[in-house]
Amino acid sequence: MASPGKADVKSPHVGKKKKPPARYWENLQQKEGGNNDENKDRKDGGKAQDAPRRTQKRKLEETRRDRNKFISGKSDPFPGPAPIPEERLQKFKRKDKMKKPRKGQRTLKATIAHSEETCEMAKKQAARFDLLLPEDAGFLEGDEDEDTCTISQDDIADAVDITSGAKYFNLKLSQFGPYRVDYNKTGRHLLLGGRRGHVACIDWQSKQLMCEINVMESISDVKWLHSEEMYAVAQKKWLYIYDSKGIELHCIRKFNDVLRMQFLPYHFLLATASSTSFLQYLDVSVGKEVAAICTKTGRLDVMCQNPHNAVIHLGHSNGTVTLWSPNQKEALVKMLCHQGGVRSVTVDKTGTYMVTSGMDKKLKVYDIRAFKPLKSYFLPAGASCLSLSHRGLLSAATGDIVQVYRDVWSCPVTKPYMAHRLRGTAWGLQFCPFEDVLGVGHGDGFTSMLVPGAGEPNFDGLDANPYRSVKQKREWEVKALLEKIQPELITLDPSELGKVDYATFDQRHQDRVKALGFDPHAKEKFVPKHKKKGRSSAGNIEKRKKQVAHEDQRDIIKQSVEDKLRKKDFGKTEVASLSGQKSALDRFKK
Amino acid sequence: MIDMAKVSKKNMKKETIVKKSRGMTESSAATEPRVVYDDGDDEEEHLNEENISSEEEQEGEDGVSDERKRQKLLEAISALGGKRKNKLGERSEAAVHMSEFTVNADGGGDKVDLSDLIGNIDKTEAVPNKTKNQLKTLQQNEKTIETPLSKQESERIQRNVAFRKAATEVTQWKGIIQQNQRAEQLIFPLNQEPSGPRAMETVVTCWKAQTPLEQEIFSLLSANKQPVHNPILTPVEEATLKAMSFEEAKVRRAELQKARALQSYYEAKSRRERKIKSKKYHKVLNKAKRKDFLKQFEKMVKTDPAAALEELNKMELARMKERMSLKHQNSGKWAKSKAIMAKYDEGARKAMQQQLEVNKDLTQKLVTSLNNDQEEEEEEEEGGNPEVIPEFVNDAEQSVDSSNPWMRGKLFEPPTEREVRDTVDFTEEGPTAVNTAVEDDDEEGTEEERLLREFDHRRRLRQAEEADIVAVITVEHEEENKAAGACVSVLEEDEEENKASAACVSVLEEEEEEEQELSKLNSVFQGIANTHLDAEVEMAEATADTNHVDTHLEEGLMRIRTLEDVALLSQMESVADQTPVQPLTSPTTENMLSTSKMVGKNSKRKRGIELKQVLTKESKIIQVPLALTVEDKEDSDEMLDQRGLIKEAFAGDDVISDFLKDKRKQEDVGKPKVVDLTLPGWGEWGGMGSKPSRNKRRKFRIRTVPRPPRKDQHLPSVIISEKRNSSISLHQVNSLPSPFVNHTQFESTIRSPIGRMWNTEQTVNKITNPKVVTQLGAIIEPMAKEELMKNKKQVSTGNSSGVEPIKTKRMKQTQKK
Repeated sequence: MASPGKADVKSPHVGKKKKPPARYWENLQQKEGGNNDENKDRKDGGKAQDAPRRTQKRKLEETRRDRNKFISGKSDPFPGPAPIPEERLQKFKRKDKMKKPRKGQRTLKATIAHSEETCEMAKKQAARFDLLLPEDAGFLEGDEDEDTCTISQDDIADAVDITSGAKYFNLKLSQFGPYRVDYNKTGRHLLLGGRRGHVACIDWQSKQLMCEINVMESISDVKWLHSEEMYAVAQKKWLYIYDSKGIELHCIRKFNDVLRMQFLPYHFLLATASSTSFLQYLDVSVGKEVAAICTKTGRLDVMCQNPHNAVIHLGHSNGTVTLWSPNQKEALVKMLCHQGGVRSVTVDKTGTYMVTSGMDKKLKVYDIRAFKPLKSYFLPAGASCLSLSHRGLLSAATGDIVQVYRDVWSCPVTKPYMAHRLRGTAWGLQFCPFEDVLGVGHGDGFTSMLVPGAGEPNFDGLDANPYRSVKQKREWEVKALLEKIQPELITLDPSELGKVDYATFDQRHQDRVKALGFDPHAKEKFVPKHKKKGRSSAGNIEKRKKQVAHEDQRDIIKQSVEDKLRKKDFGKTEVASLSGQKSALDRFKK
Repeated sequence: MIDMAKVSKKNMKKETIVKKSRGMTESSAATEPRVVYDDGDDEEEHLNEENISSEEEQEGEDGVSDERKRQKLLEAISALGGKRKNKLGERSEAAVHMSEFTVNADGGGDKVDLSDLIGNIDKTEAVPNKTKNQLKTLQQNEKTIETPLSKQESERIQRNVAFRKAATEVTQWKGIIQQNQRAEQLIFPLNQEPSGPRAMETVVTCWKAQTPLEQEIFSLLSANKQPVHNPILTPVEEATLKAMSFEEAKVRRAELQKARALQSYYEAKSRRERKIKSKKYHKVLNKAKRKDFLKQFEKMVKTDPAAALEELNKMELARMKERMSLKHQNSGKWAKSKAIMAKYDEGARKAMQQQLEVNKDLTQKLVTSLNNDQEEEEEEEEGGNPEVIPEFVNDAEQSVDSSNPWMRGKLFEPPTEREVRDTVDFTEEGPTAVNTAVEDDDEEGTEEERLLREFDHRRRLRQAEEADIVAVITVEHEEENKAAGACVSVLEEDEEENKASAACVSVLEEEEEEEQELSKLNSVFQGIANTHLDAEVEMAEATADTNHVDTHLEEGLMRIRTLEDVALLSQMESVADQTPVQPLTSPTTENMLSTSKMVGKNSKRKRGIELKQVLTKESKIIQVPLALTVEDKEDSDEMLDQRGLIKEAFAGDDVISDFLKDKRKQEDVGKPKVVDLTLPGWGEWGGMGSKPSRNKRRKFRIRTVPRPPRKDQHLPSVIISEKRNSSISLHQVNSLPSPFVNHTQFESTIRSPIGRMWNTEQTVNKITNPKVVTQLGAIIEPMAKEELMKNKKQVSTGNSSGVEPIKTKRMKQTQKK
């Protein structure tokens, strides 16, 4: 597309009317006169400014003209590559700019410069190509004085086009108890697991039933595995794996009394939480148990995963939420979230926010990167299930009512964005990926709700393509297996992998220092140059040493002072804008 | 005869020379290796002297010696030729004419002087004057020619020169080599035109006239200075357009000159003035300036009130700054000198007092007649809403009557009283301002003052004691609690005590269940706090604290600005302890649970979130449009449901304390233990009741290095595991790669992704470009000299163009891909 290199070669996009190219041999006099006039005009305009600026400007103009000259003599009215808006650049920012090394170290400088350059290029290109994601998210807007939460699903279904309208449907399955729901990663396939043993997988958009079985046992949870070929069902005693035709593939005896499951798609791990307080990880690509952790916290019936770092969150009856990775036998983090037990936990796609609901009927939003609470809401009935959509809509089920909230973390919410009454008590709910649909399993079957603005409109075709063909699916499967991330790499902070292992590094460094007898990385001590004629007196030497002392520290201090100043300036401007607010100095006023 | 005379003359001269040189040799024998004369010659000279004398005696035997003299002369002349050979000792045969007096060891060869040869040149007319002069100067020049260098030395020099030559030749390549080393990509063979289609731009810009017709046309155009690219203007025209007119240029130059001159004058002037050291001069100058300014200001008030207002603001700001700097206190030079004198001199004392008064005046807080201080305080607290603008801002500067416009209004109340009021005001800030208690406090103002003073005194004493921490603390504990032993046990006991007191409170009133919880919490917090070394400060208050939950509650949002405030807070607590228990007057809401205990302990903790605040944070109630119809019946097993119900009923009962206990345990596990190796009875008296001395205990207590602070240090509701994740360390880099100096540089370079998943195709190509590309089957020849020349030319034409060719090559390559 529009690359920076070629852009200046292109003819102007927004051209004026095309004239025949002017030639010098055609009525030269006239041109000259005209040009002179133009020049005079410019002069007149320029006289208002001061002289040096004028000359400078002229010079600049000339150079520019020279640079952008084509063989035809026309100059490019939009020289250089097309500008990219700042916020879009910000969106694709990968890292902060590096500080340049001070002096010397030429190779290091070159390396750093190269990396900076490529990073910048990658950022810019990505920002440019953002143009190729044209889809916008939907939204729901009521009339004046009309709450969006009072709009019924039927109204929405009537208002939208037929295909979208068909996405609102109810499945009346009152026989086999409340249903658990799971959409697969592409959002095409739906898995329903009734408490009384009913399992059904449906291609829900075409309403095609793929298979339907009754396992003749109670079911506590169902989960798709990496593709729509296989799914796991947590039955009364063991964990079973079926294929899409309903054939039992495995019965995994190592996993007993499973209550909740999560599938980590990039690691091919199935994480299960059992009533015996065990958290187990099953690698579904090789069929091996990766880790079994005894959490010692009682029955584990609240579970979710952080899609950002593949850490499992478990909610407990003592109001805490614990974070787990398969590599550590103890919880990575333990947070006290509620005064009562935790009923439901969910984490948003970017791994920034965690929403919890508890027995104390509260709904809390946490910044899970800093483990700090952001918002706290009181729901009169408390929320039994929570789910976050790709675009950050939160659905909460309280009894037989499903509410959907928008922007729970940024601005305080007083009423839901949407609400819907079900026929029975909600048992499981999940937003469908890449669709404006919320699937709710309840006591009386399954309801597929329309929630405008829930799904991510632009999908990544290489990652999860809802429209993929069979062949594409096969290819994706192979590729995904090749790119499988090992379970050892699950950490709280995924960027840790890119960091130097300080502990080992330090140890090795110490050994090296011992062997060499000196520190090869140590900063060279500054030795002042010897000067003649008494200018290398002890005092002078000390003075010169002082001039370069603590250079690093100085840099840091300088930086911090600058930041402070900037902040202060910013504050000042703010104060100026809100003239009513008082400054700290005002206390000295009469 | 003539000959003889000459010889004798010569010899005489020689003698003098020899003597001179001898003196030289004696003086500088050590330093100069190349002394012309050697000892052999000297001896010879001696002999010659004798010789001469004998010759004078025997003039008759001339015939015999003539021959020999001639021989000698010849020899001497031949010796002049340059090379000094080692004279071979000539052994003569026994001859017929053998004088017994002229026995000479080596044939008596002495040197011929130049004067010998050209002695009579003055007289000959044929020789031109010029040569005569030259010869004369030559004669006067008595320097000897240096010996030629030794073979080794000359060879060394030659080698040096050769090396230099080779080095310059080689260093010519340095640039190109460096360039190649730094190039992102090298394609071998190096100077090969890339195949495939070329980019449009290069084709366009590289176009050249090739056919004879084109060439002719272009030569014609260029000959007539007609434009080749831009068809509108000829270069001449462009040049004329660019040029300024002569007059304009002249005027401009003059202007610039003048400006420059003025600037330099001004600079010189200000420099001179700045260098004046006289204080008086500056004082006078400043005074004059001030006067001038005031005059101007008055004028401005009349003419331009807006500007005057601005000016006034500026002045005010300056005054504020001055006041904040406390310039007029007793820190100046003058004040110091006076302070020394004050002991003896009445006048000095008076002057000093005056000075202090001035300082007091300046630093006094002013009150406008319109607003009293309390209102202001409130306004300060209500800074959140911008509508509240202090009234005096609007009506302040209109009525300027006194010369000092900011000296209006009355002074503040005495500072001590103010302090108390201040604290009271702070307590008022609570979200649900509870006024009754505050008023009570107000009434007891004087009493409190007294108490405050007392506590201040006590605090100071304590601080003094803190100097030697450990022992004193333990002693104090012993005194207070009568429980000897290690600190920890004391703390535990203390905690228990707190709990007991909390229990007492719980017995008191049934309504205040929440308070009970809180008191419990308080006790736990107390325990945590006590683990700090400064625990003893709180010890006195700890037991009492729990009894007065309400006071703490009211202090909840107290703002702690300075260290003094912190101190004040602790005092306040203690004051509250002393005052009798007041009945609770207001129902406490959840908001008030945020006690200040943690805040008070250290201001660092303030930043973190208080656990109670977290859990009891004011939560927004959400209205649900649809009423709930079906109850949560699906929680199928009844037992579970019941359990849940029970949990719900007793929500938050023990959750927090359990969690805190857990956290404390974790912290304790991580903490390094202090190992006490004191042996009682060693080096001092032992036995029942005797304690090892403090010194000894200090000596034998081994303290391990404290761990780095925990990650959850400021997060009371979070426990973050400090265990190291060893599984990932296998995949991490554990040594810094070569060019990097520190971690951050390396980490930053590998931070951005390079895969196709995250980058556009072009970027991926750029990032993953191989450093060296060789073409299959192509012969890579060493670089020729022409390459060097080409490179040089490029460097000379454009400084950056040296890098260009490789870049373009790379570009082309990527395009090919």
